[in-house]
Amino acid sequence: MNQSPSTGPNGAADSSDTNDTGDTGTRTLGVLCLLGFVLVLVLAFGLSEPDDEQNDLVRIMYVHVPSAILSYTGFVVGALASGFYLWKKSLAADLLAHASIEVGVLFGVLTIITGAIWGQPTWGTYWDWGDVRLVSMLVLVLLYVGYLALRGVGGDVNTRARRSAVVAIGSAAMIPIVRYSVNWWENRTLHQQASLTDGKLEDLTLFTLMTSIVVFLLFYAWLTTKRFRLGWLEHQVTELGLDEAIAQRRAEARTGVDAAVGKSPHSDTVREGREA
Amino acid sequence: MFRDALLIAEKDLRIEARSRVVFSQVLPFAILALVLFAFALNADRPVLRDFTPGLFWVAVLFAGLLAIQRTTNLEHDDGTNDALRLSAIEPASIFLGKMMAISVQLLALEVLLIIGVLVFYGAAIESVAGGALLAVTSVVSSVGVAAAGTLYGALTAGIRGRETLLPILLLPVLAPVLISATRSFDDAFGSAAVNGWAWLALLGLFAVVYLTFGLLAYGILLEES
Repeated sequence: MNQSPSTGPNGAADSSDTNDTGDTGTRTLGVLCLLGFVLVLVLAFGLSEPDDEQNDLVRIMYVHVPSAILSYTGFVVGALASGFYLWKKSLAADLLAHASIEVGVLFGVLTIITGAIWGQPTWGTYWDWGDVRLVSMLVLVLLYVGYLALRGVGGDVNTRARRSAVVAIGSAAMIPIVRYSVNWWENRTLHQQASLTDGKLEDLTLFTLMTSIVVFLLFYAWLTTKRFRLGWLEHQVTELGLDEAIAQRRAEARTGVDAAVGKSPHSDTVREGREA
Repeated sequence: MFRDALLIAEKDLRIEARSRVVFSQVLPFAILALVLFAFALNADRPVLRDFTPGLFWVAVLFAGLLAIQRTTNLEHDDGTNDALRLSAIEPASIFLGKMMAISVQLLALEVLLIIGVLVFYGAAIESVAGGALLAVTSVVSSVGVAAAGTLYGALTAGIRGRETLLPILLLPVLAPVLISATRSFDDAFGSAAVNGWAWLALLGLFAVVYLTFGLLAYGILLEES
């Protein structure tokens, strides 16, 4: 979040004419996230008690569960934004979908890694195919890696946006199917079933988890906004690059013609200046 | 709409009947996969028999990928997408037609591969009910795979690096098909005590979701190419 003199005080609206992804809004959000993470750290490592069965291992939950929620949030928001793109053909919605899904994939990977780290001491193995939630998360992450690959191939902006939108919506439709099929596939899940709601967790543990989820969601908003603006700037650079290239070719053509007629390139620039 | 779809399907199948690409390249590839699986598992007949359903469906998915790629490249390489659009046939009908053509090809592939696993892996169909389950599962899976494949094939048509992009997009989507169809075949071949018909329902759900999605979204993809 480096300060830029050209950043306006009103935030998001004027980001189009700055080359910065930060403004007052995101900075406030960023500071809130930082403070939130400090609070979560204090709660998770200082105040909350170790679990009866899992001891200190339970503290991984404060990263693992929010990451998973955040990942799903990223995928669902991505699908909604894609739907909006197909409806209104707004490029901003397309870029938002990209930003949201990229953040979703990042946290999906984090969910898998923290899950595996948690698995080793509790189940005695880093990976167990019997664990429904981890396996389905892995399939979903692979699904969305495909989405990111599709975005990476370049080409016409609108074509890419249309294709990506179809994939994003199709992938979101897969979320329940993947969950059900993997769930049936191995019923012997190792995962704690719905530990959030059955009141098994102690009050402070639950409070820490909830706080962590809120902070992670703020972090999601911050990251997605940043990524969205970066995408917007990238898009502008591409457009700008094209305009410049066209202008250059035109200038070349003009010089060529002028040379043939016997004018000096100098008079050409004068004319150009007048036209402008 | 359905008559137009039949027209498209007939056209695609006629192209295949004349070029025989699926028959002469994709089918040998699928059989090759069966042979390679046997080598990988040390040609151990009991192991091969136990894992027949999974190996069978992996072979189908990989070979199916080639068939799907073939069908979509067909339109793109000859620039006939524009002609299709000019023919005033609805995109939904085009989708349906292409889906049917791929389904038929996949089904033919599956029939031959089933014979392959019966011979090579020593799998056996235990009962009439098992045979029926085998048949219905093959049909429903083919429709599901073809629906998703037609949609994603159109999606990657004309993109640089489409050969690598299609598998990475399509295979995770087909993961539930692999799981369900394998389970269903487990029941049919008697290699695991599961209720294959319940898995068939999941396969049906997948097919319905992707058929609906394809009918709705195909027009969006056709608009551009």
